[in-house]
Amino acid sequence: MAEIFALVEHRQGAVRDITYELLTCGRKLATAQNTKLTALVFASPADKIVESIQERADRIIVMEHGVFENFNAEIYQLALRDILEKEKPHVTLIGHTAFGYDLCPALGAEMGIPFATDCLDIEFTGSRLRVTRSVYDGKLDAHVLLKEHTSYLVTLRSGCFTPEEVSLATEVVKQESPVTEQPEYRKFVDYIEAAVGEVDITKADIIVSVGRGIKEQANLPVMEEFATAIGGVLSCSRPVVDAGWLPKDRQVGSSGKTVKPKLYIALGISGAFQHIVGMKGADTIIAVNKDPNAPIFNEADYGIVEDLFKVVPVLKEKILDAKKLKG
Amino acid sequence: MDIIACIKRVPQTAEADVKIDSSGKDIVKDRLQFDMNESDTYALEEAILLKEKFSGSLTVISVGTFDAEDTLRIALAKGADNAIRIKAEDFGELDGYKTAQLLKAVIKDLKHDAIFTGCIATDDYYSQVGVTLAELLGMPHASLVTKIEIDGNTVHAYRELEGGLLEHLAMSLPALFTIQTGINEPRYASLIAIRRAAKKEIKVIGKEEINAEDIVSFSSLEKLFTPPVGERAEILSGTLDEIGTRVQGIVKEKGLL
Ligand SMILES: Cc1cc2nc3c(=O)[nH]c(=O)nc-3n(C[C@H](O)[C@H](O)[C@H](O)COP(=O)(O)OP(=O)(O)OC[C@H]3O[C@@H](n4cnc5c(N)ncnc54)[C@H](O)[C@@H]3O)c2cc1C
Repeated sequence: MAEIFALVEHRQGAVRDITYELLTCGRKLATAQNTKLTALVFASPADKIVESIQERADRIIVMEHGVFENFNAEIYQLALRDILEKEKPHVTLIGHTAFGYDLCPALGAEMGIPFATDCLDIEFTGSRLRVTRSVYDGKLDAHVLLKEHTSYLVTLRSGCFTPEEVSLATEVVKQESPVTEQPEYRKFVDYIEAAVGEVDITKADIIVSVGRGIKEQANLPVMEEFATAIGGVLSCSRPVVDAGWLPKDRQVGSSGKTVKPKLYIALGISGAFQHIVGMKGADTIIAVNKDPNAPIFNEADYGIVEDLFKVVPVLKEKILDAKKLKG
Repeated sequence: MDIIACIKRVPQTAEADVKIDSSGKDIVKDRLQFDMNESDTYALEEAILLKEKFSGSLTVISVGTFDAEDTLRIALAKGADNAIRIKAEDFGELDGYKTAQLLKAVIKDLKHDAIFTGCIATDDYYSQVGVTLAELLGMPHASLVTKIEIDGNTVHAYRELEGGLLEHLAMSLPALFTIQTGINEPRYASLIAIRRAAKKEIKVIGKEEINAEDIVSFSSLEKLFTPPVGERAEILSGTLDEIGTRVQGIVKEKGLL
């Protein structure tokens, strides 16, 4: 039986969490198909990366070369094509991350391999592959069948599989890289770290977070006052930063900060998964949204289905009252 | 510089009640509002800015049904020179791969130094059309771009990665960029420009020009369904005052006063 492959994702020398999720999903598929799981490591240096995933796959194929130190979709595509042509795996799993975004569709289109992006789950149905995806701003899910083929590429959304500890006897195989230099037309130059702001939202115990539901910039001061009054800081979802209402260092989510406060109050945030991944670690989440079907209510502990502009003054007063009583 | 921007008209579902229709494969659309896909508005703006800076032409293309022409007209009003609609109704169920092939069939015959698309559509959430299109056209790409600087023959493209880290790439044109939100401030079309755009011709391309048999899909939608709910939030009900008192209790109980 053709194998299941998982592409190991790493950045700045460290394996990224999605890798363990891919390996867990891969093991599920390999077990269902009675086949083996192979992890692909393209790295330089590769030792530490290989060590981090030891025992989590039946086999690790390693290509070690300087060109793999930093991710470059063009180079990964060449290396993957080389391996996929030789090995012909049944399914190759890639993270639906900035890395997978850039790589999977190009690889699939080049090789003529059916692919599905941003999948929450994968299963075989007869000889076909069925994936589960989230559509329409997370309001609905979809089952999608991939065209019948010997090979498939799938990118997996992060947070859908919980990494499990396993101890497989792992065979490590080294292969030569088919690529030895960066292509002229696309060269990795460097990484630019996100700017550090005056307020570090990752350290706060109480966070009041505002989304597109606050409608306009003019409503921001009221929200800021509310946050300060209850002893918290103000953060936001991406559209608030896109509009230039708050600086990037206040953004919570996959392309912003990950926060773990004791209390997270979400005001007018729909609960897109890119936002959820940044705040689901909060102890207590209270969400205010006028849409009873907003996905944020699947993540929150407490929900208030109301106009946030009516709720905020009441919450502020009540919490301040309690604070006064406490003295 | 000849530039192409690909845009899509999508239903605005973030605040709407989204219902599945009787086919089980589509949503009930009659009460939804439609607009240009969010990241496409940024892709279009980036294309207009580049055209303004380097002069040249800007063509906007959409794969869509007749209504997509409204969206194309907005793009014309904002500053695009030409608009093309590829008739979605001629090609059956579309997945990202099929959409990319349709775009390629038209773009391959147009001059292009740079192509811009949004990084993700908020209806199907695939985030694959731009990168697939680049591959089909045999040109380099960068996805999730939040900054572009052109310096002679070199394009500095900055991709936004997890945590807000930027990946700085040096590229050459022609290239395709999928644009992430926030890269610029999309302009509004003036009323006069909208009125003028209403009279402009939109080129329509369908199965007479593109052989439908050459266009294949990689996937098909089996069904839509309501996501399984895990542990949902406890919805606080009652008057605003009662809700406020509950929250007061929660904050007190957590020792957060
Ligand atoms: C690669 C990538 C990375 C991303 N990274 C991030 C990220 O790091 N962080 C992030 O947040 N997003 C991120 N996004 C964007 C994300 O997909 C969503 O678009 C975004 O989170 C939506 O923000 P929102 O909830 O504020 O807005 P919307 O989805 O528009 O929701 C607004 C909500 O406000 C509610 N509302 C409106 N008015 C009121 C009112 N008066 N009272 C109460 N409720 C009201 C509405 O019902 C709605 O639910 C990313 C997207 C991509 C593609």
